[in-house]
Amino acid sequence: MKVSFSVNGAEVSGDVEPRTLLVDFLRNDLSLTGTHVGCDTSQCGACVVQMDGRSIKSCTLLALQAEGTQITTIEGLAESDSLHPMQAAFREEHGLQCGFCTPGMIMSAIDLLQNNADPTEKEIRDWLEGNLCRCTGYHNIVKSIQTAAKSL
Amino acid sequence: MYRFDYQAPDSIEAALAALRKNDEAKIVAGGMTLFPTMKLRLARPDVLIDINRIGSLAGIGEKDGAIVIGALTRHADVAASKLVRNRISSLADLAEAIGDPQVRNRGTIGGSVANNDPAADYPAGLVGLGATVLTDRREIAADDFFTDMFETALEDSEIITAVRLPIPKRAAYMKFPNPASRYAIVGVMVAEFPDEIRVAVTGAAPCVFRVAAMEDALGKDFTPDAIASIAVDGAEFNEDIHASAEYRAHLVNVMARRAVAALG
Repeated sequence: MKVSFSVNGAEVSGDVEPRTLLVDFLRNDLSLTGTHVGCDTSQCGACVVQMDGRSIKSCTLLALQAEGTQITTIEGLAESDSLHPMQAAFREEHGLQCGFCTPGMIMSAIDLLQNNADPTEKEIRDWLEGNLCRCTGYHNIVKSIQTAAKSL
Repeated sequence: MYRFDYQAPDSIEAALAALRKNDEAKIVAGGMTLFPTMKLRLARPDVLIDINRIGSLAGIGEKDGAIVIGALTRHADVAASKLVRNRISSLADLAEAIGDPQVRNRGTIGGSVANNDPAADYPAGLVGLGATVLTDRREIAADDFFTDMFETALEDSEIITAVRLPIPKRAAYMKFPNPASRYAIVGVMVAEFPDEIRVAVTGAAPCVFRVAAMEDALGKDFTPDAIASIAVDGAEFNEDIHASAEYRAHLVNVMARRAVAALG
């Protein structure tokens, strides 16, 4: 079935099986491999992207359901050579080790700051309930988001 | 997931027509339960009828002293609604504690209610608040709606359109969540109305239930102490790697007392 929507500001289209997940379309059809498949049970958040301004789990959405929407992935954040403030904060505060959870963490954190520009530490930790990290123990992820909140 | 056909109708009538055409058709709203279930191959609908384009099904309003929430309203929107926070703050709390932010951005009240997961929050919310489920063809009281594990009073091809909730004098929802999934191991809604008190429990048993003994005791004395010695019988309760039936029975009393204490 035909589908078309906007990804990182550019119109894209495809012909997909109904069961094609958005994450698979992004990775396999659009070669946007920054969005990751981590769990297949909708728990880990490595697949988080933004759809019409809201963070969602792209592994739990059909590509067909993105019809007519605006999708933003991790690849869509930086402006030419400069990192998005959230990306810069993760770099500055060492908010990643292996980096697998990081795109999802960043996309999720951007949504947090859109909803709540100055979150407490508890609010940050509660918001990240849908993003799992096996490497860092979350401390520097929280710090990164606190740093980004100051500059955003 | 196994292969399926897909339709995205833009009206309730079109959705009903699509459902009637195929026994194996299933509605998808938020998909936060259906897609994981299909990925595990525990469900295998031939056709998915995506109702997300039926805009008239979403929205929160107040009518004749009750809050009416459209079936397609996302948990995040219930949680963020000033109207809900103002009139039934326990419902906003309940919605805010479902899953995680991304699940809340897609998951819907209609989907949660139609699915009747034994560990979902809305069944306790609706029964505890004495709500009414509105469908394309009738109204069903919450007390009659949730019938068994994953089963409801809905007929084949019946679509939930909205949930109507009376405004309580006061109410609180306390949940003991699974740390990974954040589903309710036990969740208790306590609500006081002018003519009754309702105590509804999710997570403990195969289906949401009320605790009449607690409702009676709280009617005489609305304090945690009044229900401290009321034990529920956990013989038929759920038992899994997260909690034994006995522990769930214990948690029912703890969560109920916490809910009452929060209103003191």
